[in-house]
Formats: sequence, structure tokens, C-alpha cells
Amino acid sequence: MAVFGTSGSRIGGGRGPSFGFRFFCYAVVSVVLMFYDRRGGFLDTARYGLQAAIYPLQLAVNSPSAAWSWLEESFTTREKLQAQVDQLRDELRAQQLVTLRQASLERENATLRGLNSALPDVIDRRVIGEVISVEVSTLRQRLLINRGGTHGVYKGQPVITGEGVLGQVFRTGPFSSEIILITDAEHALPVQVLRSGLRTIALGTGRSTSLELPYVPKNYANTDVKVGDLLVTSGLGRVFPFGLPVARITKVDLSPTEPLAQIRAVPLAGIERDREVLFVWERPNHPASTASPEALAVEAEAKKP
Amino acid sequence: MNTFARREPRWAVFFSVLLALIAQVLPLPDWLSVIRPSFVALVIIYWSIYAPHAGGIFAPWLAGLALDVFKGDVLAQNALAVSLVAYVAMSLHQRLRNQTLVQQSLFVFAMLTLNEFVVWGIEGWSGHSVATPWRWLQPMIGAMLWPFVALLVGRTHTKV
Repeated sequence: MAVFGTSGSRIGGGRGPSFGFRFFCYAVVSVVLMFYDRRGGFLDTARYGLQAAIYPLQLAVNSPSAAWSWLEESFTTREKLQAQVDQLRDELRAQQLVTLRQASLERENATLRGLNSALPDVIDRRVIGEVISVEVSTLRQRLLINRGGTHGVYKGQPVITGEGVLGQVFRTGPFSSEIILITDAEHALPVQVLRSGLRTIALGTGRSTSLELPYVPKNYANTDVKVGDLLVTSGLGRVFPFGLPVARITKVDLSPTEPLAQIRAVPLAGIERDREVLFVWERPNHPASTASPEALAVEAEAKKP
Repeated sequence: MNTFARREPRWAVFFSVLLALIAQVLPLPDWLSVIRPSFVALVIIYWSIYAPHAGGIFAPWLAGLALDVFKGDVLAQNALAVSLVAYVAMSLHQRLRNQTLVQQSLFVFAMLTLNEFVVWGIEGWSGHSVATPWRWLQPMIGAMLWPFVALLVGRTHTKV
């Protein structure tokens, strides 16, 4: 019996190459695919197309939960809706007060800085996306959103919710995109302690309720972190603009046996009940936009005497 | 031999694999998700034993590839693992057909472990490993579910 026989193999029964040979071919193709996928490049385009191919299936998986929330919404009683409207009206009033003050603060800030007019918001444009209930990756903090390349979403785009930074776009398809949350164990986010200005990096822990800041030296004169401090994006790292709220410090452990402080924070962003997220585009050349190495170099050059 | 061609349950293969894919990506809480057996591998093992010519190696490979795109894993990671499992099952299909479902469970356990091992190895190589010992519980649960899966899928075609 030939090993790669074309006929008379154990189970082939005269139907072309044996299973062994065919498996060998597919294995080789698989290894080549893996190699190129890891390297990135032209396979990204193939993946983009494949994402579109499986999108209907993902929607099918999502449909029970979508149908459920639709049902739930359609059978909400009038009283419940009225209560919700009242609550939203209250929230709106509170927000309006904040906005009123913000306008005057912006004006004041502009005057203090000697500018003629207040700067516009660093966020230029936003698109709302909805979470598709599909498990994208086992035990990883990833989400599938129903906005993709055709809506202008790009890889590495910041994704936020009303409360704070949620994550960034990890992979796009034409109609959907996969986002990696800041709490994913493979995600690192450059942050700044708002109160003291201390810059560091917040790593995901793999759990949705916790971030860690492992790189803060504890006996360093500038180290100033307290429980309750607000972390905002530092604008470094070329993804997130400066000043988006990220997390609140929950634990600062200055154990004498460790060279670095053990700091934990809880992320502010949660997926709201309606599971909506915001893709944002920053205003180019805004002072709070992401610092590119080129821009930093130019700035450093300008500061030289 | 060609007379068999008409009886190959190709549509049954297609739809059962599609359902397995859906079962594989249904959102579940973390603790359940990590011990969820590879339904795709289970269904593929079934067809490899009872209708090895219906899909050949191509169907398992394609199903694995679909899973890779679904899960955002390294492309062809599951494709390689599932087609390897299918190949072993096809090579032994005549012996396996004479066993009871419970006896087959042992083989299924070995195959799911092989599948998980290949996936784990490739994850490690590509630096995306999810290190939790609980994932090794998954083949055992898959083997326990095997008789049910086999009976369910078995209803879709007449065995030759």
C-alpha cells in the first residue's frame, strides 16, 4: 500500500488521493497561512473579506438576544416609560448645568491662556455602534460591534462610552469591528493621574473590573497617587487623545518588600443597558490630540534655547 | 463505488457544522465558556467516522477556518487542529464504527485533547495564550456529550 497512493489506499477506494496525502496538503496550507497571518500584510485584506462572509452568521447568533431586548422594550409599561423619561429629564437638567458652567470655564481658560477664542472639543466626530452578542474570543476582553470599514471605522480607533474609555478597534470588517477593551490582558494604555500629573501605563488584567498600574516607583519623589484619584488618557501612545477619563484608583499598596507600588484601578466605562459604544475621531492638530513622535520632536526642538 | 456518491449526506454535513459553529460562539458567562467543548470538532468527528467521503478533509478545514475568523484567532489555527482530528478519525473509521457510542467516547476524548493541544500550542507560539488549567476540562465534557451529539447528528442521515 502506497503511503501517498492515488488508489487502493485503505479508505480511499479509488477516489483520488488518499486522506493522508490530502491532510498533508491542508496542513502545509495551514502552516503557511498561520505564518503570514502572524506577520500581517496581505492576509489582513483576506480577513477583512472573511469578516463580511461570517457577519450574517454572527447576526444570526445575536438575533435571540436582540429579539429579547426588542420584546422587552415593546412590552414596557407606560408607567415604566414615564419613570424613565422623568429620570432622563433630571439627568439632562443636571448635564445642562454642567454645560453652562463649562462654556464660561472655557472662555475663562482661553482668556487666561491669552487666546482669542476657546478651543473646540478634541473629539471631532463620533459614530454610535451597538454590541453584537457573540463570543469573539474565549476569556478575552473583546467585543464585536456592528460598525466597520464602511462606516469609516479604522484599526486603532479609540472607542469610548458616556463614562470613559472603553478600548480600541482591534480588527475591522466591512460591517463589523472587533474591539479590544482596556481591561484585556494584552492591552496597555498610557494614562495620567489627573490630580498630580503623574504619567504611567495602565495594564488590563483580563477581568472587566480591574486595571493595574505596575510601573509606578514608590520611593520616587514625584510619585503621588492616592485612592480615589482619577486617571485620564495622557495623549501619548498615538491612539487616544489627551484627557479622556479612564479609571479611578481603588488600591495603592506601598508594601516595603516590593520595589514598585502595587496600584489597582476600576475602569469607569461600562457597557450601558442598551449596549451602545462610541467610535470617535479626534480633531487633527488640536493641542490635546495624540502626540506623535514627530510632533514631540518638533516641540522639543522649539524648546531648545 | 460511484453509487455511493449520491447518498453522501452533504447537506446534513453543512447544516450540522453550521449549527455547531453557532453553538461555539453563543455568548456564555466566562466560567461556562472556558469549559465549552469544541462542538465543531465533535460534529466533524461524527462525519469523519460515519461519512468520511461526504466532506473529506476540506469540510473540516473550512469549518476550522470559519471558527478562526469568528474567534479572531491566528488564521488556520483551528483549521489545522480540526482537520488533524478529522484525518485521524477517518483513518480509523472502520474500527470505530463497530464500537458502541460509549466506547467511542474514549477516542473522542483523545481527539478533543489533541485538538485542544494543537490550539494551545499555536496560541503559545503566536503569543496569545490564555493560560488557565480549566481549559483541559473541556475534552472530558466533550467526551461525555459525545453519545448525545452522535445520536442527534445520526438522525439526519441513513447510515450505510
